[in-house]
Amino acid sequence: MEKMLVYPYDKEKLKELKAGDSVLISGTVYTARDAAHKRIVEMIENGEKPPFEIEGSIIYYVGPTPAKPGKAIGSAGPTTSYRMDSYAPLLLDLGQAAMIGKGQRSEEVKAAAVRNGAVYLAAIGGAAALIAKSVRSAEVIAFEDLGAEAVRKLEVENFPAVVVIDAYGNDYYESGRLQYKNGNK
Amino acid sequence: MREISVKKITEAVAEMSVNANSFLGEDVCERITECRKKEDWPAAAEILSKIEENIRIAREDLVPLCQDTGMACVFIEIGQDVHVVGGSIEEAVNEGVRKGYTEGYLRKSIVKDPIRRGNTGDNTPAHIHYEIVPGDRLKIVLAPKGFGSENMSRIKMFAPAAGENGVKDFIVNCVEEAGANPCPPVVVGVGIGGTFDRAALMAKQALLRPMKDSNPDPYYAEMENELLERINSLGIGPQGFGGRTTALAVKIQTYPTHIAGMPVAVNINCHVSRHREVIL
Ligand code: SF4
Repeated sequence: MEKMLVYPYDKEKLKELKAGDSVLISGTVYTARDAAHKRIVEMIENGEKPPFEIEGSIIYYVGPTPAKPGKAIGSAGPTTSYRMDSYAPLLLDLGQAAMIGKGQRSEEVKAAAVRNGAVYLAAIGGAAALIAKSVRSAEVIAFEDLGAEAVRKLEVENFPAVVVIDAYGNDYYESGRLQYKNGNK
Repeated sequence: MREISVKKITEAVAEMSVNANSFLGEDVCERITECRKKEDWPAAAEILSKIEENIRIAREDLVPLCQDTGMACVFIEIGQDVHVVGGSIEEAVNEGVRKGYTEGYLRKSIVKDPIRRGNTGDNTPAHIHYEIVPGDRLKIVLAPKGFGSENMSRIKMFAPAAGENGVKDFIVNCVEEAGANPCPPVVVGVGIGGTFDRAALMAKQALLRPMKDSNPDPYYAEMENELLERINSLGIGPQGFGGRTTALAVKIQTYPTHIAGMPVAVNINCHVSRHREVIL
């Protein structure tokens, strides 16, 4: 059964999530991928205010396709997360609650998640048309010049994801594969 | 000489850009369903059925299967009795990509410089490969290639002594190291032989083969089956959460090579293994 993760995403709630859990997220989620991460981290390092409050935020690594008329968003599945590994620890130390992407993370990111009680979630890579159905609204709030890579504020309802790294440092990419192998001996 | 207008080429490329991104080939859809039925891990079968649902939604709503609508890889076979008229064939292809990606609400994912970046804003230029063949037809294959999987591709210049086992281990390791990154289940394209660049090209062209076909050489057909079995014993599974279905297919292309070498390239594609073709 899925667990619900509803805005505001306080750290107490995140403690209940375990690697391998399916979750449905409802509330505000910000999008940022490669170029936006670079800019956000540069702003923070220069002492400027980032385009949204990092503390308590969920950042979704995605660059959606343009919305067709009458739709909130185009197709919107996750991009590969390791490209954000060099930026993520700083954001987690500033209180970011969760990251949504796909694929393995570095030990540094894992350690930063544990240190801060944050989680890493995966959405199904390539299921972008399906995932887009859970996005109610999308608004570009920064870096419009980056096109698909601009920062968007999304309102999502029952956005489907799986807990990969929980606040205790468990990694579902390791445990899921192991469980399968043990279960199929 | 048969004349073909560049306008026809632009139209065909624009239409294929849109269709390739919304309609997954029947052979790929069937293979995914077949794998779901054979999957021995319920969580993995569940993921595969979500992927099938995504395919249905994309087809019915005419929206892209994946937000990464790719770099347009275009393979053109020009019959030697064809005369392309009305302008440059390269510009015609890029105009088609521009039109398809802009009017079709597809994502613009191309930067104009690899290091200095800067989005070109219309997904051009395409990556175009030309081949001259006998006849008076012009065949265009368009394959939008996502980079989540492209980034997991590898090439290695082996010494011949590495032999069959060296090649096979390299291919399996490549998929294992990629893990969840390229959105498994993946399609594995392999190019063996030729030169450095030829191996990579063959690996990419291998991805264009229909799901069901095998290498015409029984030795390599057997290798394709064996590698698929080995990869699907890794336990990575759909999305890397564990399961049998790590790859949908392994396709190998080969070419004669030099006495001193044995190049091997592995081009990984995701389950959104898209391509369309047209013959003008
Ligand atoms: S690897 Fe394929 S399925 Fe995954 S995000 Fe890229 S294009 Fe989409």
